Amino acid sequence: MKSLSSASPREAAANLAILALLILGPWAALSAGHPFYVTLATKAAILALAATGLHLALGLGGLVSFGHAAFFGLGGYAAGILAAHAGSGEALILGWAGSREILTMILAAMGLALLAALPIGAISLRTSGVYFLMITLAFAQMIYYFALSWPAYGGDDGLSFRRGIFPGLNSARPLPYFWICLGALLIGLALFQILRASRFGTALEATRQNPQRVEALGIEPFGLRLTAFALSAMMVGAAGALFANLNRFASPSMLSWQMSGELIVLILLGGRGRLLGPTAGAVLFVAMEHVLGGWTERWQFFLGLAVLGVAVFARGGLLGLIAGGRRDG
Amino acid sequence: MADPALEIRDLRKSFGALRATDGVTLDLRPGEIHALIGPNGAGKSTLIAQIAGGLRPDSGSVRLFGRDVTALGAPARARMGLARSFQISSLAGEFSALRNVMLAVQARAGTSFRFLRPTRGDRRLTEPAMAALARVGLADRAEVPAALLSHGERRRLELALALAMEPRLFLLDEPMAGLGAEGSRELTGFLSELRREAPILLVEHDMDAVFALADRISVLEAGRVIASGSPAEIRADAGARRAYLGDSS
Ligand SMILES: Nc1ncnc2c1ncn2[C@@H]1O[C@H](COP(=O)(O)OP(=O)(O)OP(=O)(O)O)[C@@H](O)[C@H]1O
Ligand SMILES: [Mg+2]
Repeated sequence: MKSLSSASPREAAANLAILALLILGPWAALSAGHPFYVTLATKAAILALAATGLHLALGLGGLVSFGHAAFFGLGGYAAGILAAHAGSGEALILGWAGSREILTMILAAMGLALLAALPIGAISLRTSGVYFLMITLAFAQMIYYFALSWPAYGGDDGLSFRRGIFPGLNSARPLPYFWICLGALLIGLALFQILRASRFGTALEATRQNPQRVEALGIEPFGLRLTAFALSAMMVGAAGALFANLNRFASPSMLSWQMSGELIVLILLGGRGRLLGPTAGAVLFVAMEHVLGGWTERWQFFLGLAVLGVAVFARGGLLGLIAGGRRDG
Repeated sequence: MADPALEIRDLRKSFGALRATDGVTLDLRPGEIHALIGPNGAGKSTLIAQIAGGLRPDSGSVRLFGRDVTALGAPARARMGLARSFQISSLAGEFSALRNVMLAVQARAGTSFRFLRPTRGDRRLTEPAMAALARVGLADRAEVPAALLSHGERRRLELALALAMEPRLFLLDEPMAGLGAEGSRELTGFLSELRREAPILLVEHDMDAVFALADRISVLEAGRVIASGSPAEIRADAGARRAYLGDSS
């Protein structure tokens, strides 16, 4: 991959190590008779995909959205609703009774996320900084309370469903489902890198660094930002569909502000601005949750410490610590 | 005579009680360098910002190439062919010098919504960008991040960005500042040629450069144009001498 060669040698090595851990870990765990670790790795891959999606807006565009749980949750509900209708046979829309295909669920999740992101982005992007953060949060909270109070799809109980199917793989079993999620993550990472290297990505990154200069060159930052926000929402929506399928459950907590905060934390932990930063953050997060969570209920205290440490001592996150120096760009 | 490239009519802008622009009328004709001089705080940069579109005037109008652009924002004016340099360099600091200029090239081409092809090695971007860098003498610094360039190099990169836009009008806010005597002389020669490509509205404190370059000079004081004319007329003008020339030359 080009990104791996253009990054510093140490960052490239770290990238390879993260990918190797994610790919070989579950496989080794399974051969050693610990299928539970496959599920952990699947969760890490899905969170990595979601954080990579947020990274499009936050890392490239400098848009610190505190409302991306909206898209994660909408993706989850899109999957759950399609599966519920396919199960009951009840028509969902225009006589179509949903679908049990994971790929269809992902497409529906991305479409729903796009539909939500366009108006949310168009309004939120009139503001910037802390106001942008507050407005995105407000929109996500509106959707959260809507889901809580809408009994048709479970209300505050959430929505249980059978995991969807996938052509050629038995997605009900842990390892094949992991491969599906890992594949989705790799596609997401490739898209991130392609966008970043393109003319669009160049202009978007320039609006983060200096919007005044971008305007003076004749480019409107708004259109770039809205496009980035929408693409970002779609990737997060796809991750939401995979997450709900993993748990066989679409839960209102996927829409909660804690989820939005978690996605930001993954990026900051792993290293903002680096291709595999969000992935590193997700692996670290899931590992901490498992190891520390098995030891104390209050493991989030240590997560807080880690975030504090990153904020004070290692602005480049985990990958920044490993790679040293400034990020590539 | 050809229509002016730029016409400003009775422009006014106040910051609270401060009248930063107080009824300014001036124009810029094809092929000329019109220098705008005046003491610190006279309102030169404020005027430039209103011409470029970054700042809305309270009243008055700005016409570009015969069209009223008072209601348009900075990007629309840039797309009409207006290129500006900032008094304090304004660049994408993390990008290399080359990538900054490549951005100007893609902006000029209107191709910022292309998502797939990488810019690196795209010769439709790199070739015009390298040409612009070469013109300002930065070809061998192409790969250096803008934030790590020296002050003088950043000034020249600003100019390269403007060149890469292939504009029909240049607004340059103190391009000589901090360049030193040698750098100023070089840039004077460069700008003298540049006016053949597009007219230049030049804000500058370096009086040697101004009198060597300008076809016309306007003197701004406390937001008002107190004198305007040929370099010889301005040299002879008592008000202009008192406001500005007296204490600097
Ligand atoms: N955004 C602003 N808010 C309030 N006052 C401002 C603002 N911008 C400029 N001013 C004031 O307006 C006046 C004109 O400033 P301006 O920067 O246009 O001067 P200038 O002629 O460019 O000076 P210099 O030669 O120092 O660059 C100054 O008194 C300045 O403090
Ligand atoms: Mg100024």
